[in-house]
Amino acid sequence: MINRIVVGAHYGLKDWIAQRATAVIMAVYSVIMGAVLLIVQPNTFEAWRGVFANGFIKFVTFIFFVSLFYHVWIGVRDIWMDYVKPTGLRLTLHVLTIAALVGYTAWAAAILWRL
Amino acid sequence: MSKRMVQFSIYRYDPDKDDAPYMQDITIELEPTDRKLLDALTRLKAKDETLSYRRSCREGVCGSDAMNINGKNGLACLQDIDDLKQPIVLRPLPGLPVIRDLVVDMTQFFKQYHSIKPYLINNDPPPERERLQSPEDREELDGLYECILCACCSTSCPSFWWNPDKFVGPAGLLAAYRFLADTRDQATNERLDNLEDPYRLFRCHTIMNCVDVCPKGLNPTKAIGKIKDMMVRRAV
Repeated sequence: MINRIVVGAHYGLKDWIAQRATAVIMAVYSVIMGAVLLIVQPNTFEAWRGVFANGFIKFVTFIFFVSLFYHVWIGVRDIWMDYVKPTGLRLTLHVLTIAALVGYTAWAAAILWRL
Repeated sequence: MSKRMVQFSIYRYDPDKDDAPYMQDITIELEPTDRKLLDALTRLKAKDETLSYRRSCREGVCGSDAMNINGKNGLACLQDIDDLKQPIVLRPLPGLPVIRDLVVDMTQFFKQYHSIKPYLINNDPPPERERLQSPEDREELDGLYECILCACCSTSCPSFWWNPDKFVGPAGLLAAYRFLADTRDQATNERLDNLEDPYRLFRCHTIMNCVDVCPKGLNPTKAIGKIKDMMVRRAV
């Protein structure tokens, strides 16, 4: 194959917006959790369980983790795009990153709803 | 200003003679009238004519004498010598292939510049005199049209170092916004399509090295932000 420079995949805006949107969600979650922990002040295992037994907290915590993993996907993909040149290796790293993050998401859900 | 001795450490490389680049230490006596780094380079060149660098207008307009001065890109003709810590370390612009000494091959830089079609696209028949703009519309081009393409910004940008073949770079993107912002231009959609790409535009991670070094005081990061704004407005 001729090794010409090919560029022009015509995507990127969605990821750029998602990176910012997920950052805002994480910031808002930090404020909510800060306030909740300040009010409840859990100091025993049972009290911590109590905080996360609340349906709303479960929900926002899960949204936080989904945002975190999507944010991580865009950031880590940027690292692979910047520094890893061979296409095959880069694709492999992309797939491994997605697999790990999907796994983490399911894991986060399992932990939250088992509590 | 009096006569003074100034120490230099200059990157030297002549591919016809040298196996590898090396740093040459030179001390030179400057005359009271020598104020800018380019004045010192002229004296150095008189002493050792094998020293190579680009220069032309000597007043910050042509953008020829961009180089890495004590670790920061800038124009030799605008840089006061007495503001620099000695020995003054001069290197070619980072990230571009060195042709000789401080002269770099700017092909990649200009390729990226050309890729954004740096000219007005307007398919209407030309009016008899000129295409007029309101003063407010014209104002939007301030801070964009002044770019002299010295490449200080693009060659200080890590994203351009890693992907010079794919990332347009701050200079190219500043020029791209100059035409996106021009009310006389009719190719806005095509221009945005051309830039909406993970490499061409979105390699910019907003670290603002470009703003830090621009010898004309321009702000490519702001222009890049405005391009992204336009894309968001188009898509959302």
